[in-house]
Formats: sequence, structure tokens, C-alpha cells
Amino acid sequence: MADTDTMAVSLTVNGKRVQRFVEPRMLLIHFLREDLGLTGAHIGCETSHCGACTVEIDGQSVKACTMFAVQADGATINTVESLANADGTLHALQEGFRQMHGLQCGYCTPGMLMRAKVLLAENPDPTEDEIRMGISGNLCRCTGYQNIVKAIQYAAARLNGRVLQEAAQ
Amino acid sequence: MIPGAFVYHRPVSVADAVGLLARFGDDARPLAGGHSLIPMMKLRMAAPAHLVDLAAIGDLRGIREDGGAIVIGANVTQAELIRSELLASRLPILRETSLQIADPQVRSKGTIGGNVANGDPGNDMPALMQCLDAGFVLTGPKGERTVAAREFYHGPFMTALGSGEMLTAVRIPARPAGHGYAYEKLKRKVGDYATAAAAVVLTIAGGRVVTASIALTNVAPTPLFAADASKIVAGSALDAETLKRAAAAAKAIADPATDGRGTAEYRREMTGVMVARALAKAAARAKGA
Repeated sequence: MADTDTMAVSLTVNGKRVQRFVEPRMLLIHFLREDLGLTGAHIGCETSHCGACTVEIDGQSVKACTMFAVQADGATINTVESLANADGTLHALQEGFRQMHGLQCGYCTPGMLMRAKVLLAENPDPTEDEIRMGISGNLCRCTGYQNIVKAIQYAAARLNGRVLQEAAQ
Repeated sequence: MIPGAFVYHRPVSVADAVGLLARFGDDARPLAGGHSLIPMMKLRMAAPAHLVDLAAIGDLRGIREDGGAIVIGANVTQAELIRSELLASRLPILRETSLQIADPQVRSKGTIGGNVANGDPGNDMPALMQCLDAGFVLTGPKGERTVAAREFYHGPFMTALGSGEMLTAVRIPARPAGHGYAYEKLKRKVGDYATAAAAVVLTIAGGRVVTASIALTNVAPTPLFAADASKIVAGSALDAETLKRAAAAAKAIADPATDGRGTAEYRREMTGVMVARALAKAAARAKGA
């Protein structure tokens, strides 16, 4: 087999079955953005530090810049494009980021949202400390994190049927 | 940053993986979590012609008790180590250490096998495995053998792994209930390698230390088992003088490089501080004090 041969991959992305031929060296983030046109997940540092490329793979948070598309054969992937509800209304996390000013330039936001989604699935009522450790693999150079933490607290409260006190005022 | 081209293999058995690794020799690399290898491939500092992905090999998964040992499959991720109830009750230092590796996303992919087999002196698991006197189960064309973690590391990225051989599991002798433990790691930020770190396990009876084991991360070209420091602590009441002597013995074998984490002198000093802190924390956690 020549080393440029493509390989078939078959996976589920945002609820849809996807089949493509890819070069083995194609990184998952490039596959999502360029082959599938899902440009929500961003390319930031490309060195697995910044977390802008974070997506959900089989229920876990993964940095899509540090994985080959061929490794995702058979996987179920959700990107930020899957987050809003089918009727176009926002997910509680998206609402939280808007209400609590959890973004400024927005570059880190898709990764933050997808990381926070898995964090809240694993730990529906996290403490502030758990939120901060939970997003420790996502860098934001604008906000200083304070409002991102509040945005995730807002979403946790919403998803638990409460209203974040600060947001209510 | 695009890695060089390669042929991707996805064997479903250890035998098939070993066959591929033996066939392609130095042109092949095993791929586990990929969070050390893929960044190196993007920088073109690694350019294997063949990648042997271990993800589909069921025999490399799972954490189980086997006689007097805990056996962890090479492909068990750090996230799985953190979630394991067996480890939480029997070897909680694995969870404590795993939580200090990288960040949540990296821990979703990073494996214990990759962490110990890569031979990167910055990795945290190698010293922990030396502290726990683990054995590494290696499988190659000539069959299976076990190499002690304390004998496995020869230099930076140089290990006892032979050509065509792969690490399939780590075997850790079970520790008695009530043992004390601590992994103390000084780092500049989340995800950083250690400026200096120390792993300690000990047992205490009647206010005296009965057994003690100390190992060091990232303060030499390889992880270090601190034999002299361990001996100083065993049998002692872990008084201030003993802590000081154990820290000094650990510092004496540390040989850190000056780098972005600090000067060699500072990192050697911090080696002693981490050892003293880990000993104090482990003693406070031990039953029988």
C-alpha cells in the first residue's frame, strides 16, 4: 500500500452517519472543518494545550488537533454545531455564556462550550473549584475566566431547575 | 502543522500488533493515546512510516486483581484510572497522580502504557511505578517477559523495550489496607511537567514507619527510585530530623537540568521539599500512626 492511500472512515457526527475516504495523516480537526464543513471547532495552538478544538467523542472531551481522523472510525462525535436545540433555541450553556458575558472575542468559546457540556454530564452540580479544574485544558485570553465560570454555573443551575442567584438579580 | 505520511494499521490482537512492529522495525511506532507521539509527528521530530494503533486490542483494556497484584492494561486511560473504584480503594495514589497529569481532555486519551513506555523523564507514571515496585509486561516476537519498573529506564526515551516489543500491562503488587501515600508535584501551571515531584508509599505501625518507598519525577534523565532515602525512613518515627535526612538523600541522587522550570540548583532543592511534603502527607494518611 502506498503511503498516500486513503482509508475509509465511518462515524456519526452530530447525529448523522458520515462516510469518507481520508489520508491517514489527516487530523480530526481538519477532517471536521475541511471535509465536513463544521468550522465551529477552532484550530488554536495545534499543540494540544489551548482546547479551542475540543469536541465530544463517545461522551468524552477530546482535543481534535491531537487525533487522526482514522482513529475516529466508528466513533460518535458531537461538535458545537450540535449544541442548540432543534427548534433553534439555545442550549443552557449557550444561554449562560450570553447572559453572564462568558465570551469576548469568542475564539475559545466552542471548545469551552463542548468541554463544559461533558463536565456537566459527569458532574451536574460542580463547585466553582471543580469548574475551574474542569476547564483547565481550555485557554481564554480575554475574559480572565471569571465570567466563563459564572456561565457554567448559570447552565448548571438551569439544568438542575434552579436560577443562578446572580443572574436573577 | 501536518504530520508526514504514514500507513495506518489497526490490529485487533497483541499477536498481530507485535507481528507488525517486528516486521517494520524502526519504521513503525505503536500508537496509544497519541498525545506524546502526534505532537512530535506534527513537528516532524518523529516520522514513522507505519503507525500501529493499539485502540482496537481488547486485551490491552481493563483493571483487575490477579492474586496479590493489580493488573492494568496498557490502553487504560488516565481518565479510567481516575474513575476506577478498584484503584480508589486499593491504590489511591494512582488517582492522585493521574489528576496531576495534563488536563481533562488529554487524560481522556493518554494511557498508562504510553506514559510509562515512552521513556519521557517528564512523565509522572514512571516514578510512581518505581515507587510501587511495578513490573512492566512486555510482549515481543520471542514471547512475554516482565521487567521491573526500577530496571526499565536507561536514559531519556531509552528503555528496556526491544525491537518489535510492546508493553501490554503493568502489574503492581497490592499494598496493605491503611497504607499511606502521596504524590507531590511542583509545577508552574496545569498541564506542565514537574519542576520536581516525589511519590511516596509507606506503612506505619505503633507510631513507627515499617516500610517506605520513595521515587522522583523529572529531576534526572530517568525516573529515580530513591533507595537510600527510603531506607532512612523505614524504621523511623518520621521526626523532623528523619525528614531532613531523607530529603537530603533524595537531593543527593537528583541530577536535574537547568531549564524553563528553574535552575538545576533550585530544582534539586525542590526535590528535597517534595520528598519531605510527600512523606508528611503519606504519614498523616496512614493508619497505625
